[in-house]
Amino acid sequence: MIDVKDKNIIEIKKYIEETKGMEHSESYLIAVLHKVQGLFGYLDREIMDIVAEDMNIPTAHIWGVATFYHYFNLEPIGKHVVSVCMGTACYVKGGDKVLNALETELGVDVGETTEDGLFTLQEARCLGACGIAPVIMIDDKIYGDLDSKKAVDVINQYRKVAK
Amino acid sequence: MSEMITIFINDKEYQVEKGLTIMQAADKHGYHIPRLCYHPKLSIEGACRVCIVEVEGMKTYAASCAYPISEGMKIKTNTQALRSVRRDIVELILDNHPLDCHTCERDGNCELQRLAADMGIRTRHFEGEKKHYEKDISSESVIRDPSKCILCGRCVRMCTEVQKVSNLSQAHRGFKTVVMPAYNMDMKDSVCTACGQCINVCPTASFLERNYTDVVFKQLNNPDVIKVAQFAPSVRAAIGEAFDLEPGHNMEGQLVAALRKLGFDYVFDTQFSADVTIMEESSEFLDRVQNGGKLPMITSCSSAWMKCLEQFYPDLIDNVSTCKSPMSMQGALTKSYWAEKKGIDPKKVYSVAVMCCTAKKFEADRPELLVDGLKGVDNVITTREIAWMIKSAGIDFINIEPEKPDNPIGMSSGAGVIFGTTGGVMEAAIRTAYELYTGQTLVDIELDSIRGLKGIKEATLDLDGTEIRVAVAHGLGNAHDLLDIVRKDPTRYHFIEIMGCPGGCVGGGGQPYAQANSIPLDEDTLMKRAECLYDIDRKKTIRRSHDNPDVQKLYKEFLQRPLSKISHKYLHTHYKAKLPKGIIPDNLNF
Repeated sequence: MIDVKDKNIIEIKKYIEETKGMEHSESYLIAVLHKVQGLFGYLDREIMDIVAEDMNIPTAHIWGVATFYHYFNLEPIGKHVVSVCMGTACYVKGGDKVLNALETELGVDVGETTEDGLFTLQEARCLGACGIAPVIMIDDKIYGDLDSKKAVDVINQYRKVAK
Repeated sequence: MSEMITIFINDKEYQVEKGLTIMQAADKHGYHIPRLCYHPKLSIEGACRVCIVEVEGMKTYAASCAYPISEGMKIKTNTQALRSVRRDIVELILDNHPLDCHTCERDGNCELQRLAADMGIRTRHFEGEKKHYEKDISSESVIRDPSKCILCGRCVRMCTEVQKVSNLSQAHRGFKTVVMPAYNMDMKDSVCTACGQCINVCPTASFLERNYTDVVFKQLNNPDVIKVAQFAPSVRAAIGEAFDLEPGHNMEGQLVAALRKLGFDYVFDTQFSADVTIMEESSEFLDRVQNGGKLPMITSCSSAWMKCLEQFYPDLIDNVSTCKSPMSMQGALTKSYWAEKKGIDPKKVYSVAVMCCTAKKFEADRPELLVDGLKGVDNVITTREIAWMIKSAGIDFINIEPEKPDNPIGMSSGAGVIFGTTGGVMEAAIRTAYELYTGQTLVDIELDSIRGLKGIKEATLDLDGTEIRVAVAHGLGNAHDLLDIVRKDPTRYHFIEIMGCPGGCVGGGGQPYAQANSIPLDEDTLMKRAECLYDIDRKKTIRRSHDNPDVQKLYKEFLQRPLSKISHKYLHTHYKAKLPKGIIPDNLNF
């Protein structure tokens, strides 16, 4: 029985193989890293070693690219990603207070993942939902017109489902 | 003859070759534009902006290292506005740099310090947030201190483009950018080969060798140990530069005298063991040729190359000679043959090697080299470290009366001397192998085709009707290119010499920093150091390792013959594949 990790690795290796026939194949590194993150949720070192070897790109260079772009996660992320909008509209409507409340409730700082692995807390810059500011986004779902208490209530709904 | 065009520098008209950059054109006509991240052997980074100039018709300043000249171009290199902006740029770099020059190891030979003086920075106008990072002191050889880094990127380009090791890159971005190995792992655990070329090109103290001068001074004052030193061939050819001499002075006698004045009881010349290496290595080579052993045989003297081998070329480990390096042979013989002869307990011998090399520090610690549980070399110090120790002890190095090394493991042939430069080990090996194989003495012993700074050098020899094809590479980048050929065509060569540093040991990672009027790894300097060694060789009566009477005595009294069981115990070893695995890209355009 082949596990999910092995299956994902096979998919990444296949994708790298596909890029090899293309012009400037070495410039597909970012695309490959996106693929890794898409499958694993973050850039695992073991997988980056595989990418380095298969693409024949030094690991230090891959690390340079992976750390340059904020989009790439270098640590495992939680089951749900909570993005708190800190864009102008949300900020003036109390986005910072929502963020503080969530930091306290979840016991993590921005960029960190809760101990139970359920949530990763992130900041976002304008999610395009200014009309219902302040907003948070959990995975790809938007929650608006929040205050500290309402935001914690949303988190509790996810906790309930997870149980 | 390339096409010439007319340009104007500071209102004066010049005819210059088309295709040059503004900086190159200005250099040719006596204008040294201030610079920092630029190095002629590395790609253009354009990171520091110190080399900016005014070009008529351009809205902004141009980075002269990167900007090509064009017909009629009017360039100003030293206007009041430029001077002011350049000074601001350097001040901003200084602002994010520790203010600890007086306690810094590079004090007095720091390029940033020199630049600040050239810019006339006397007051500091900016004061902002400074970066603070932990030093990485994990490696036996290379210390990384990101707090001192000004992000010029020379180390990254050296490691990637010249050495093709690619251990370093710039990670993160903006204010948080740091030069580091992959995953911010310790240097010790990385693919770093310990060559120390990052130290050579660093303009500040962001990379330094692990300094053992304190330990050595302490032991020199320990009455319970016998203090023994050895020094490598290329140290004598370069150490004068640390005392402001022109490159290429042979300071062998002064170095021996200074080591004795520092308190060493016995001073040996590593060149003696270079001769022993040749006895063993040429015998091993001939054995492989005659008995169908693994070919091509590759030399094993260079410590950076040996670490590189384990991580980048595990498939070629059997091709590499089992000989230890001359330093490790000298250490092993000191604590066996010599100690026994002297009636000294080898455990009481404190053995120091003075090397041009940072990787030798790592080598000395290798468990593979222990004999009866004893390290042959207890501490390795670089040319830079010994120069500092000599200055610190107040020894008048330049005017000191030259002395000779101790015997019976201190005298060397000319073949042992040229070990310090690219092609030298091969040339020395051929001098002996020819005679061992043919029974005749090789008359024309100077092999010009494998001398000099060409990246890969080749020669074909006739050993009594047997054609032997040899190749030589210096610097790990050239070695990678050569080994690429070997992997594709394993029968092309019989014997290969690899030295990890540009120019061989003369360009080692532990050699004196570039002088104020020079640049790191300047080719002219490397050539002068090499010529110094060739000159010593020419002046020797004995120029072949097997003619060295002390070497003959060593075999008669102790080792019996090359490749004997005793030789294997003390002078040979085996290496094995190690992780993380090194990756050599097909091209550097990623």
